[in-house]
Amino acid sequence: MSYRALDDEDPDRLYTVTGGRSTVAEDSLDLVTLIVSECDPTPDMQSEHVRILQMCRRPMAVVEISSHLGMPVGVVKVLLCDLLDTNRITARNPSSAAPKASKARKAQLPDPDILKQVLVGLHNL
Amino acid sequence: MDSTTSEHVPLRSTASDGLKIVVVGGFGVGKTTLVRSVSEIRPLSTEEVMTQAGVGVDDPSKVQDKKTTTVAFDFGRISLTDEHVLYLFGAPGQQRFWFLWDRLFHGTLGAVVLVDTRRVEDSWYAIDRLEHHGTPFVVARNNFEAPQHDLETVRDALSLPPGIPLVDCDARDRESSKHVLITLVNHLYALATADQEVMS
Repeated sequence: MSYRALDDEDPDRLYTVTGGRSTVAEDSLDLVTLIVSECDPTPDMQSEHVRILQMCRRPMAVVEISSHLGMPVGVVKVLLCDLLDTNRITARNPSSAAPKASKARKAQLPDPDILKQVLVGLHNL
Repeated sequence: MDSTTSEHVPLRSTASDGLKIVVVGGFGVGKTTLVRSVSEIRPLSTEEVMTQAGVGVDDPSKVQDKKTTTVAFDFGRISLTDEHVLYLFGAPGQQRFWFLWDRLFHGTLGAVVLVDTRRVEDSWYAIDRLEHHGTPFVVARNNFEAPQHDLETVRDALSLPPGIPLVDCDARDRESSKHVLITLVNHLYALATADQEVMS
C-alpha cells in the first residue's frame, strides 16, 4: 500500500537522492509534463538519473516516473531539473497548465478545440 | 507504490500534450475502479508530500516539528490522439488533500465527484472545495448495488444546483465509466462555449 511505502521510507535516502535540495522546480514541471530522453545514460550518473533516461526513451509523464521510481512527485521534479539543466532530457509541457495568471472563472475553462479532441478520443475508446 | 515495468505500455513518440481529469470521492467509493475501467494501463499510484512550517505560530524557531502532509493518489491514462494524452487521477476527498490541489491539479480540465449514497456527507466537502476552486465538475452516483433513491433525491441531498449534471454509473463497467467522462466533457464544452452574458 502506498501509505506504508512512504512511512517506511528512510527520509535520509530521499535527502541524499536530491543532494538536500528541496523542490526548486516546482512551477516549471506539471504532473503531466511529458519527459523525453535526449541521450543515453553514462556510468558516472547517479542511479535515479540512469533510470529516468532509460524510462523516457519514449515520452513519459512526470507522475508516471514518480510512480515507477517509488518517490514523491516533488523529489522526482528535482531529479528531472538536474537532467533538464544539462540538456539530457526535454520537457513537453501541457497546453492546459499555463501560468496561474488569472483567477477568473472564465480563464480556467479549457479550450473548446481541445475538448472536441477529448470527446472524439473518448467516443473511440 | 506500484512498479509495473512488466506491463509497460509506452506512449506514442509524438505525444506532446498531457491533459488531466480528476475523479474525487471518499474511501472505497470506486475511484480506482472507474479509472481502471477506461485506462490503457493498469492504474499506478504515487504520492506528494507537502511541508508546512509552523503556520500561525508567533516564533517559528521554537517549532520543533514541521507538519508534513502526504497525499497518495492513483492514476491511469488514455491516449486520445497522436498528441493528446488524458490522465485520469483518482484523488481522496479528505481535508488534507485539498492543500495540494493547486499544486497537483492546476490546469485540470474538470472533475468527476463520485458519490456513494450511503455516505453522501463525504461528497459535500468535495463539492464545496471544487466550487471554491472554480473547477467545473459533474457528479456520478456509483451503483455497486441497486440504487435505493432516485437521482432527484440525491440532488436534493447534495444541494446540487440544477446546472450541474448528475448521472448514474457502474464504475466496473467500461461503457458506463466512459459515459461519465463524456458527460463531463460535454458539460465543459457547454461552459466553454457559453455566452459571456450567461456566465454573469
